[in-house]
Amino acid sequence: MKASHVAAVALRQLYLYKRSMARLMEVVYWPTMDLLLWGFLTVYLRRTSGQNMPKFVSYFIGALILWDVLFRAEQGISVSFLEDMWSRNLINVFVTPVTMAEYVLGLIVMSFIKVAAAFALLSVLGWALYSFSILKLGASLLPLVLNLTAMGWAIGIFTTALILRYGLEAEILAWALGFVFLPFSAVFYPVSVLPGFLRAVAAFIPASHAFEGMRAVINGASFPARELLDATALNAVYLALSLLFFRRMYRIVIDRGIIPKIGE
Amino acid sequence: MKILKVTGISKSFEPGVYALSDVSLALEKGEILGVLGPNGAGKTTLIHTILGLISPSSGWVEAFGTRLSAQTRASILRRMNFASSYVSLPLTLTPRENMMVYALMYGIKDRAARCDETLGMFGLEKLKNKPSRTLSSGQMMRLALAKAMINSPEILLLDEPTAGLDPEIARKTRHMLKSLCSERGMSVIYTSHNLWEMQEVSDRVLFMKEGKVLMQGRSADLLGSYGAKNLEELFFKALGEGE
Repeated sequence: MKASHVAAVALRQLYLYKRSMARLMEVVYWPTMDLLLWGFLTVYLRRTSGQNMPKFVSYFIGALILWDVLFRAEQGISVSFLEDMWSRNLINVFVTPVTMAEYVLGLIVMSFIKVAAAFALLSVLGWALYSFSILKLGASLLPLVLNLTAMGWAIGIFTTALILRYGLEAEILAWALGFVFLPFSAVFYPVSVLPGFLRAVAAFIPASHAFEGMRAVINGASFPARELLDATALNAVYLALSLLFFRRMYRIVIDRGIIPKIGE
Repeated sequence: MKILKVTGISKSFEPGVYALSDVSLALEKGEILGVLGPNGAGKTTLIHTILGLISPSSGWVEAFGTRLSAQTRASILRRMNFASSYVSLPLTLTPRENMMVYALMYGIKDRAARCDETLGMFGLEKLKNKPSRTLSSGQMMRLALAKAMINSPEILLLDEPTAGLDPEIARKTRHMLKSLCSERGMSVIYTSHNLWEMQEVSDRVLFMKEGKVLMQGRSADLLGSYGAKNLEELFFKALGEGE
């Protein structure tokens, strides 16, 4: 594994953001619009519901910021891969000494940069507009964010493997697949709201444990060690499976001569 | 000295249909091998197989004395490069940014100087800081060629490299390739539909049709043995023989 190879993959993506308004919008505009829309709706609901839901704003804004972490982490990988596909640059990359492991790690580095940028932006806006300080989650914040980032990476790697295998037909998955997990991840409501069989589904989704942990912290409960442990264990499984799936798809793609046709 | 050997490569994407059928070739150090054939002959598949983008159904590729495999691929590719008129570079990046990315990928030490030097070789120094999308198709092809020279490759694989270049730049490119081969010992596999160009640039030629090698050898030898005046005549004789 060579650091220069990983850096090259990330650098190629970073250059895009220097002069592309569309790419900057992806990191700045859409998360900001989400926060403004749902943030003000939350404020309105709290005012009309009186004191029944005193922590409603914290729950909702915290959830919104942390969900964006997961979504940006996923897109940091899958959309970055699509950038190479759209520009018909994949063959050039795949005939360099950069290995697939280095390429995927380069996308992960890029994803981390995007997550950090969006997280910082939303945290500042949440504090400025709604007096919500994400930092009040304290020491629990870092493992929560890392777990959601890891789940985003697992989904991103899985999605990228499908795009590698099926080409443009599968590119919509880069935006859609993450949302499959949204209703069952207990992002904006507790797991207890879900019907019994969906609670069982939620138990196998790392994000549901991370968001339950977030609500526990906002409620002033002790450090959600159990939730974080479950999320971490599940993420290890998700990441391992997604990497194995990617390797399997890559072998099929090489065997069937698909790489030269990707993007057509 | 044989720097690249392809031995008995076949590739079938569906039962009974072969994109490559028992293809063997050897590339000498400092040699330019022209690969000719009609559309669908298997020229591009051959190049992609040599690069490890496609795994052969049977046969093997050996470069620098090492057999190409998943384990050896990175070390072999460090000493090779590739350019094709069918592959692009990111248009949002400037030529210099594109070159910097690939210089990192190939582990070039003095990256900035090497990028500028290589861009200069292809007359792109004045355009190096403009977005690549503003370049003409000919300039983009020159950028692809500059990218292919960034690591001073010992083996260069070129798939229709002069498509889209104006005649003067195409001629300069061929001359540059010839001098790099004779001065630095670079070896080249070169596909083209331009038979006059092939005659000018190639030390040896290899004719392919429907995934098979119909003939290969020194242009002069083949022309003599088939009684052809030029490669174009030889090409049609070879195609006729393959039927």
